[in-house]
Amino acid sequence: MPTRIQQRWNELRASGGKALIPFVMAGDPDMRRCLEVVLALADAGADIIELGVPFSEPVADGEVIQRAGGRAIANGSFLPAILDLVKQVRKQSQVPLLLMSYLNPILRYGFEKFAADAVAAGADGALITDLSVEEAGPYINVIRGDANGRNAEAAKPRHNFDTVFLASPTSTAARLRRIVEYSTGFVYAVSRTGITGTQASLSTAIVPLLAKLRALTETPIAAGFGISRPEHLAALAPHADGVVVGSALVKCLEDHLDNPAPHVAEMARWLREGFKETGVRS
Amino acid sequence: MIETKSQPGEQGRFGAYGGRYAPETLMHPLEELEQAYFAARSDPAFQAEFDYLLKNYVGRPSPLYYAKRLSESLGGASSGSMPGTKIYLKREDLLHTGAHKINNCVGQALLARRMGKRRIIAETGAGQHGVATATVCALFGFTCRVYMGEEDMARQRLNVFRMKLLGAEVIPVTAGQRTLKEAISEAMRDWVTNVEDTYYLLGSALGSHPYPLMVRDFQSVIGKEAREQILAAEGRLPDQLIACVGGGSNAIGLFHAFRDDANVKMIGVEAGGRGTGLGEHAARFSGGTPGVLQGTFTYLLQDNNGQIVNTHSVSAGLDYAAVGPEHAMLHDSGRAEYTSCNDSDALDACQRLMLLEGILPALESSHAIAEVIKRAPKARNEIIIVNLSGRGDKDIEILQRELKL
Repeated sequence: MPTRIQQRWNELRASGGKALIPFVMAGDPDMRRCLEVVLALADAGADIIELGVPFSEPVADGEVIQRAGGRAIANGSFLPAILDLVKQVRKQSQVPLLLMSYLNPILRYGFEKFAADAVAAGADGALITDLSVEEAGPYINVIRGDANGRNAEAAKPRHNFDTVFLASPTSTAARLRRIVEYSTGFVYAVSRTGITGTQASLSTAIVPLLAKLRALTETPIAAGFGISRPEHLAALAPHADGVVVGSALVKCLEDHLDNPAPHVAEMARWLREGFKETGVRS
Repeated sequence: MIETKSQPGEQGRFGAYGGRYAPETLMHPLEELEQAYFAARSDPAFQAEFDYLLKNYVGRPSPLYYAKRLSESLGGASSGSMPGTKIYLKREDLLHTGAHKINNCVGQALLARRMGKRRIIAETGAGQHGVATATVCALFGFTCRVYMGEEDMARQRLNVFRMKLLGAEVIPVTAGQRTLKEAISEAMRDWVTNVEDTYYLLGSALGSHPYPLMVRDFQSVIGKEAREQILAAEGRLPDQLIACVGGGSNAIGLFHAFRDDANVKMIGVEAGGRGTGLGEHAARFSGGTPGVLQGTFTYLLQDNNGQIVNTHSVSAGLDYAAVGPEHAMLHDSGRAEYTSCNDSDALDACQRLMLLEGILPALESSHAIAEVIKRAPKARNEIIIVNLSGRGDKDIEILQRELKL
């Protein structure tokens, strides 16, 4: 059975559309307002929403996401509460949800319990920032039940849960092959070397990386890191199946902590305009 | 000469521990680093230059000093006919820049030059690794940026100034508890951003493979010398080795040459801080559980949600929530024993070594001295080697405050 993430890509492919994938930190600024933000984003046309799991040592994140993680941790936003948030979303929306986490909170929770509880709550997959493909065998094994940690048996996974991996401009051809082999749902192409955060113009490294990935896989490819404006979406639309916007939206949330949902949703709509400029469905 | 008695498994596994848990952008750079390191290690010219610099620049070999008055004060060897326990100090404190950290920095600077990288970044806790990094950068003409927690900059400000004198840029880190853990995270963020031209000179046997292996190899000269020196002095191997363990580079450097000498006990001393509750200490083996932090799978001080908890130690160099993965393996296998000593015992030990031997140990090394003070009275005619990993000049201000002389 396809996950909600896979179903959404199928719909987008049928209509020729591209995916807007907003990131928000779960529990930022608190669970109630985060739920409002997620639902508002779904209404604003978010195709998949990434829900961040905060970690005390976010080595791959810039200051905006670090601060969001700090607010979430202060509110006790850890996996049990985050999976409860997912359940709350599911009462009102079928928007695909991808959990984005560092490894240690999931390791501590336990892979098997994490996969079972996340699927039961209504989450559709996870991206674990510091879990390299070399170290992913035990995790993939839990999700797909293949002793080699490869997705040859993905047709009958143990958990209906996507495993998204990062690809980077520094990834070698051999690494990219392994990354696409392990990724289900989509492959997340990091637009540049560096940490999360906004920048004025797009990196020149992203289009060649998207082309390399496209040659390797039919799995959808989303670009992320440093994407903050409609023109970035317009520039990427011909090369990627979707784009992830994180820090720009989180910064918008941070600027409107009292009632962030309408502001974040408005920004998402503004970002989507970028897809229209290239003539794809928005 | 780099001494290698054992190799980790695939992905740098020491038993169940270690590995390479990094964001994808750093994975290939780590592979390149591993390949460059293995090529360098087997290159006689690299070895020769490393040995030359250790001898003529760093000042190796460091003495293995018989601490007679300390030994006697603990009921050990006296001038009479009764042989007793003898305590030897491996004097890494006498090296250039004042601690064992320089051994690793010379090795990695040679590697950085070989890899064509001219911008060096590092983290530092107590500042000894930062000073050693700034020193080799001056020596090799590299630009140098050191990340240091604001809390550590305040308590080790003499070392901050030394780094600046050496031409390094010291970047205050204001996140979290503003100590070593946050400095490592910030250095990793710099590396992932500037990975093309930047070499990350990690200071302890921590992080992703190949760092724990490489740092151990460069520090293994400590134990190699100590083993030769004790055989020359006493005609036999020691009974015990004692070293403090923050990340664990001085300890693994001392232990490595003795790992196949089954009768030589290895004791690592963690920071017991000011209490046994989570947040009060940095004793990973008594209060921690395995997990992944900053690139490696090892014992961590963490809560039930997998969040890293705060640590405390009077010594900035031991004040860290994780421990080097090879120590985690040695702990589980029982080959090494890990204990802890609290702040006040370390301060007492520091003062005792000054009064009895005229040696000012770093507060980190004072933890190892405190452990030998506990153990020596119970030992019978033993030989104990303590790694005096660094000198305490940097700690003068803390000692002034804590000892109220």
